[in-house]
Order: sequence, then C-alpha cells, then structure tokens
Amino acid sequence: MILQAIAFWILAGVAVSAAFMVVAARNPVRSVMWLILTFFTTAGLFVLIGAEFLAMLLVVVYVGAVAVLFLFVVMMLDVDFVELKQGFLQYMPVGALIALIMLAEMAFVGASWAASRGEAAAQPPAIPVSASNIEAIGAVLYTEYVYFFQAAGMVLLVAMIGAIVLTLRHREGVKRQDIGKQVGRKRDEAVELVDIEQGEGIG
Amino acid sequence: MYGFFENMMGPHWGHFTASVLHVLIIMIALLLSLAYLLLADRKIWAAVQMRKGPNVVGPFGLLQSFADFFKFVFKEIVIPAGADRPLFILAPFLTFVLAFISWAVIPAGPGLAVSDINVGILYLFAISSLGVYGIIIGGWASNSKYPFLGALRSAAQMVSYEVSIGFIIITVLLLVGSLNLSDIVEAQAGGIWHWHAFMLTWPNIVLLPVLFPMLVIFFVSALAETNRPPFDLPEAESELVAGYQVEYSSTPYLLFMIGEYLNIVLMSAMTVILFLGGWHSPLPFPPFEWIPPVFWFALKIVLVFFMFAMVKAMVPRYRYDQLMRLGWKVFLPTSLVAVVLVGGYVALTGGPA
Amino acid sequence: MTESFAVNFAIAAPEVFLAVATMGLLVAGVIMGDKSARLITWLALATLAGYAALALAGLANGAGAAFSGALVADRFAVFAKVVIAIGAGLTLLLSDSFMQKEKLSRFEFPVLGLLAVLGMGMMVSAGDIIAVYMGIELQSLALYVMAAFNRDSLRSSEAGLKYFVLGALSSGLLLYGLSLIFGATGATDFDSIAAALAQEESLMFTIGLVFAISGLAFKVSAAPFHMWTPDVYEGAPTPVTAFLAAAPKFAAMALFARVLVGPFGEFIGDWQQVIVALAGISIGVGVFGALAQSNIKRLMAYSSIANMGYALMGLAAGTQNGVNGLLIYMTIYLLSVIGVFACILAMRRKDGMVEQIDDLAGLSQTNPGIAVALSMLMLSVAGLPPFAGFIAKLYVFMAALDAGLVLLAVFAALGTVVGAFYYLRIVKLIWFDEPAQGFVRPGRTVAYTAFGSAALAFPILVVFIFPLISQAGAAASALFS
Repeated sequence: MILQAIAFWILAGVAVSAAFMVVAARNPVRSVMWLILTFFTTAGLFVLIGAEFLAMLLVVVYVGAVAVLFLFVVMMLDVDFVELKQGFLQYMPVGALIALIMLAEMAFVGASWAASRGEAAAQPPAIPVSASNIEAIGAVLYTEYVYFFQAAGMVLLVAMIGAIVLTLRHREGVKRQDIGKQVGRKRDEAVELVDIEQGEGIG
Repeated sequence: MYGFFENMMGPHWGHFTASVLHVLIIMIALLLSLAYLLLADRKIWAAVQMRKGPNVVGPFGLLQSFADFFKFVFKEIVIPAGADRPLFILAPFLTFVLAFISWAVIPAGPGLAVSDINVGILYLFAISSLGVYGIIIGGWASNSKYPFLGALRSAAQMVSYEVSIGFIIITVLLLVGSLNLSDIVEAQAGGIWHWHAFMLTWPNIVLLPVLFPMLVIFFVSALAETNRPPFDLPEAESELVAGYQVEYSSTPYLLFMIGEYLNIVLMSAMTVILFLGGWHSPLPFPPFEWIPPVFWFALKIVLVFFMFAMVKAMVPRYRYDQLMRLGWKVFLPTSLVAVVLVGGYVALTGGPA
Repeated sequence: MTESFAVNFAIAAPEVFLAVATMGLLVAGVIMGDKSARLITWLALATLAGYAALALAGLANGAGAAFSGALVADRFAVFAKVVIAIGAGLTLLLSDSFMQKEKLSRFEFPVLGLLAVLGMGMMVSAGDIIAVYMGIELQSLALYVMAAFNRDSLRSSEAGLKYFVLGALSSGLLLYGLSLIFGATGATDFDSIAAALAQEESLMFTIGLVFAISGLAFKVSAAPFHMWTPDVYEGAPTPVTAFLAAAPKFAAMALFARVLVGPFGEFIGDWQQVIVALAGISIGVGVFGALAQSNIKRLMAYSSIANMGYALMGLAAGTQNGVNGLLIYMTIYLLSVIGVFACILAMRRKDGMVEQIDDLAGLSQTNPGIAVALSMLMLSVAGLPPFAGFIAKLYVFMAALDAGLVLLAVFAALGTVVGAFYYLRIVKLIWFDEPAQGFVRPGRTVAYTAFGSAALAFPILVVFIFPLISQAGAAASALFS
C-alpha cells in the first residue's frame, strides 16, 4: 500500500508539473513533449487504480497517434515565437485573474469534496471485482452506453466530413496513377513493331 | 528459477533478484542474437547480389558485428551546433529503451515471459506505436533538412500502418478471446494446422482465406512499421541521404541501429505469436516435441527475419504516394472487412474453441 | 439493462431514422458527386419531414425514455424537434439557390445540416449530462464547418475558425461544469442527479452548475458570452447565418430549459440570479450594440443577442408559464428570423450580394413585395402590436412579472423601446428614402419564404397563434409533470 502511495505521488507530481511545462515551455515542440509525458504519467495512474486497459488505450490513442499528429503539425508550423510571446505581458493580468478565479473555485470544490468525503454520493461506482476491466468495459459499452457510443461515432463522422469539405480540392488536369490499369496493360497495347526504312524515320 | 531464488532469499527479495536476472538474461540473449541477425541480414543481402558480404573479421566474418560495435563506441559523439541538445540525445535512447521494454511480455516459451500481463498484446501495440517518437524527435532535433523530412515521412508512415496492424491484431484477438500473449499462443497448440495462418481444422478452415492474407498484410505492415525496405522512405539514402539519422554518429547512432533491428525482431516475434503458433512445434509428435519450445520460437523468428532480409534485397523502394495508397486504400479496408468476417464467424459459431 | 433493445429503438426511432438517412445521403452524395447537391438538398428536406413525422408518431405512445434515460421522448422534446425540423428545413431550402449562384453548391452542406439537426434532437431530448454534451458537440461541430463552408473566402474561414475556437472554449467550460456536477452527485442521468441533490446539496454542485450555464449561454449567444456572434454572422455565408440563427438557437434554449427546470428545478435559487443577469446583460448588449451597425447581418446578430435575452426572461421565471413563454417566443422568433434572412438573401445586385443596411434604401419602389415582407417582419421582431412578436413578448413579460422579476421586466421593456429604434430605422429606409440601385428578382423559394414568414407575423396570426400556444403549453407542462 505504501509503495502504491509513493508511486501515486510520483506519477501525480510528474503529471502536474509536466502539464505546467506544456504551458510554460518556450518551444512548442517541447510543449508537445511535455504533453506526451503528461499522457504517459496519466496512463501510469490508470494502471495504479487497476484500469490497465484504459492505460494502454491512452498510450495507444493519445501518445501513439494524437500526439504524433500534434507533433507533426507543430514541427511544420513556421511561427515566430518571439513575436508570439510579445503580447504575453499585455494579456497577463487578465489571464492571471482568470487563473486565480479557477484556482480558487477548484480549492472550494476540493474542500467541499473533502468535507463530504466518505458519503456514498461522492464515491464513483465501484468496478466489478469479478471481471477483468476489459470485460467490465465490454459488458456496458455496447449495451448500457450504446447511445453515447453511437453519438460519439456521429461526432467523429462530422469531424471527418468537415476536414474533407474544408480542405479537399479536386484539381483539374492531374494525372493519377491507376495501378490496375498499369498492371493490366497487355504487350500488344503498348508495343508496336515498326519496320523503318533507312534514313526515313517513323512518319 | 523464480522458485529457487524465492526459497533462498525469501519471497520478496528472491522474486526481485530472479526478475532482475531474468531481464538480464533476455537482454544479453537479444543483444547476442542481434549481432548475428545483423550479420545474417548483410550476408543475405550480399548473397542475393552475388557478393560475399562481410568476411574479414573472424572466420566467415562472424565477428563483424562486434568490430562494428567497438568502432561506434570508441568514436567521438558529434552534436551539430544548431541541434536541440537534450532532445538530440534523448531520441536514440528512446528508440533503444522502447525496443527493449516491449520484450518484457514476449513469451519465448511456456511461462517464460518476464511479465505475463493480461493486456500483453495491447502493451506491445502501445510500445510499438511509441517507436515513432525516437525517429521524429531525432529528425527534428537535428535541425537539418534531410533528417526533418525523414522524420515527417516516418511519422505519417508509421501512424498509417499502425491502423491496419491494429485491425489485424483484432482479428486474432477475436478468435482467441484473450489479450494475453500466452493465451494466444496456447490457442494455436496442436500442430501447424492449428496455427492461425494455416487453420485447417473443421470448421475453422473457412477462415483460412481470411487469416492467411492477414498474415501477409501483417508482414507487409510490419515492414512499413519498422521502416524497412521497400518502405524505408524515412531514411531513403538516394533522396534523403540517410533521413533522420544523417546527423547521428558514434554511440547515439549505434543506439538507433540496435533499436531499429530489435524492433524488426520484435515484429517477427509478433508475427510468430499471432499467426505462426508461437513456441509450439509444427508437428505435435515426438521427434519434434523433444526439441524445447524456446528453440521453435527462435527458429520461427529467424525464419520471419529471413523474409525481412530477402524483401530488403529484392524489392525496390516504394514511392511515397504509393506507400500511403497501399496503407489507407488497400490494407485498411481489407483488414476492416477481415475483422467483420472473423467477428461474424465468432458470433455465429461461438469461437473456434 | 431493464428495457429491451427493441423498446429503446422504438423510442429513439426519429433519431435512428435521421442518422441512417443522413449517412445514406452522404454515401449517395459521394457516389454522385457535387452535381447531386440539389437532389441531396431535397432529399434532406424529405428526411427532415420524416424525422418530424416520426417524432409526432412517437407521441401516440406517450412519453418514454430510452437508453437508461439518456434519450427522453416527451411532449417537450417532440414540440422542439418539430420546430427544429421546420427551422432547419426552411433554411436549407433557402440555401439552395444561393449556393448555386455563389458556386458553393456541394452535397456535404445538407448532410452537415442534417447532422446538426441530429445533434439538436439529442440536445432537446437529453436526459443525461453525457447526452447533453454529445448533442451539443455534434451540433456545434457541424455548425463550425458550415460557417467556414465558403473556404475560399477569408471572412468565412475566419468566421469558422473564430466560432470553433470560442466554441471549443465554451465546450470546455460546459464539460468542466458537468464533470463537477457528476463529481458532486455521482450520477450522470438527470433523475439520479435530482435524487442525489435532494439528499444533499454541495458547493461543488453550485459551481458546476454555474460553469454549465456559462457553456450553454455561449451556445445561445447570451451576453457576456456573445463575442463570437457578430463576426460569425457577418462572415459566414448568408444561408448558413440563417441556419445558425434559427434552429440551433431554439435547440440550445430548449436544452437550457430542460436542464434547468428538469433536474435542477428545485434549486432555482442557485441559478435564477445567473439567468436574470444573463437576460439583462443580453438585452442591454443586444439593443445598444445593434444601434451602431451598418451591416444587416451584424445587426441581426445583435438583434439575436437581445432576443435571447427576452427568451431567457421566460426561463428566469422558472415556472411553467415561463417555459411556455420561452417556447412561444423562440418559435415566433425562429419563424420571423428565417423570413428576415430570406429578405437578406433577396439583396442581390447584378454584381453579387450586398449586406449594408443603406442598400435597402427605397426598397418599396424597387421591390415592393420584399419591402412589405421585410417591414412586417421588422415590426414583428421589434415587438409592436398587433404583430406576432408582440404576443411572444407579452408571454415572457407576463411570466417574468408573475415570478416577481419586476426589475428585469422593466429593464427589458426599456430595451424594447430602444430596440424599436433600429428596427424602425430600417422600415424608414425602405419606405421613405431615395431608392438605391435595385436588386435582381429573388428566386421563388426565397420570395415565398419571405412572404410566408411575413404572413405568419401578422395576417393569419389568429389561425396560427392559438394552436402554437396550446401546443407550447402542453410541451411546457411535460417538463413539470
């Protein structure tokens, strides 16, 4: 138990400080790196509460795909970061104020939660002990939560349509490779034997 | 081994010592075998091109890899002036470490995995999807054109092929009904006609036209995932000099190299576990059964690795748009249909078991 | 799972039909290419009709909830869905000729519209905070893309991007609020939340509720969360602006009502001041912001902010009469605003669309039909008797007064007086100023929509308003049963 507590504090500490570094890092590529570290430590926290399936999914989906694409985009951006930071001081007071309000609210929330701790209402529903957590998720995902699952699918569909609508351009006059046609080409369509008279050339 | 140490040193420390020893044994075995697989790779390549390949260091060039190793280690580490130093050094380490930690769950024989976790295959998938970071970070941190182009190519390529690899893994998972690697291997016990790639038992034989192509697609995707020829566009030497590795030299380069080859071996191991029966012998009767399972596992890995080497020697490099087309327009739909078919079969018959 | 799958499906039939039909249209569009845009638009209208019909047919089975209460099909939801289908259908109809002329005609447009409607349907029948969030995201995401639909125009892209960034921020607020509510109550469905709250109310819940209200206020563009509205209204292609101004506003308002008076009805003390403040600020920002505008789309943006303020007044009352007033107000506003945008779509000269208010000068001489329609609509939106807008305002004012919100009602009344100024300015421009260059003859759909909407605003009022009031009353009572 003590080992778990230590692991929790280390992971949580790293997660929070990495999250802070995401915002604080000067270079956006480094920001993404910190973000990846945040994801990773969060996956570690999932493992600690016994949700190893979610942990793996977090790594596969967020670290392995989403963050790669982030990195991909951020690396290709040609932004002058010195210029970007110039407005920073100007917006600082407002930003700090909002951050302060949020912080105060979170503190309130934490305090009120701590006060009502132990009451049944504040506890998340327990994971069924008998089933492995893949089975636990599988049992409800397509039954209890099928509506949300399908709705999420529709949201992703919209995102896909949107990306295509806003970016895909059918350019005219582009020669495209048709592999089937290329492979299906016969010798007599492509090669012609011509007898050429000397000094005449092909007419 | 575990029992011996636990008796000797008490349950906690014994387990700990045994685990450390286990990890060490696996690491050393991997590194040693890697030395010869590297040599084999070069020899096969040479043989296809009717050359002799490395043949100077040691008898038949057998010590070539060790010579290379020492050469890399003793050279000076050069970090380009404009490079992002911490990330530049981090990248090869990342590749190296990730390549090793995935071996923690590989069951080389019954009960031989360091950690036989329930979500083993997912763990492998997660770690292999992280492999791309070493390349992207390295390419970006070099602060140079060719490495950067190589990094971008590899990011797009690996993410694309990961999708179809994921689907192929799902077909096998549906059949087995477990994410545990040992369970997956055990499900293929009883001879070559039980292996997922060559299912000949009734009624599972109806899946043969689905699963064998999955093996092929998995193999091709593995080539792309490990940046091997004909999909070695991230390091395409004729266009990008050496891609993301241009600025690397000495030990960091060595780490990249080891990581890369280790990933190839890992992909071979995954192919063996998912489709080729893992540690099981092809024919389930005595002369074959006497040979220990670890040997069969290694033999199959070598076989798949041989295929990797042959492909490298024989197939010309793909063009980038062809690579993307193959991944997204051929493999992804095919593997998706396969998932539906296998899923339907399992739903109808209640699974092969 | 206690209910069987078939029962769930029967209750969710309108949504299932809409989703399947939309995907079918998408596939058809991909196969046939952009030439099919017009056909797809008409099929989309048929789909919307089918959606509304299925929703009405579901009414025969009485109220029910599917998927463990995540999707509620009661009188309120059905009323909202029918109005949304009408609003979305009319605006899609308006878009067709505009899109053809501006060479924006693509089959994805009606498909995105349908997906937005699906999201709105989820919103108005949400019985679970996850469904609330999902519905809002589905609807918003489709709207972001639609706002940026004219991707070669800098202003349209800017509108889409601005909408997206601010929308994402507000979704974050909403999600934060909803997760706090979940944290405080340990449940996501409205019934369990209400039950948990009945036992114990916590500070965490109150803060979560305020965050959630802020997120929702953004979606209805209530001040001070209105910043995106003028820019998006101005930048987006006009039919998209019409779409944005009609159905989504109604859906978000209906969702507001469902969330606040449903599970949190008992805690009116927690949210009433917030809504009162939102309503008051919206009316102030809306009417005074509109005074300075010279672009008619921006003017309509500020007008919509003010109108949301009036509608929120009904909600602030927190009574059945209040919700009734809200529904009546939003329905009449939706019908009027579609008419106004039909008139704006008629503002086309030979060299393209114009959007300045001054371009309307002397419209009575160049195009009397549109002039009459637009004038009537303006008078109705301004809330002058005997137009429909007056009746709408009457209901929300009465509800607010009943609930003792005298100060808000007085302020809103003053707002109406100021607001009447800029509506009447347009009427004056149309009838008494020297004519500017005339517009080309509007297409049939545009003209008919404008006339029809104007007709509903006054002449056939009696036939239309009584059924509306009785239906809205029945819908409102469904929330309080």
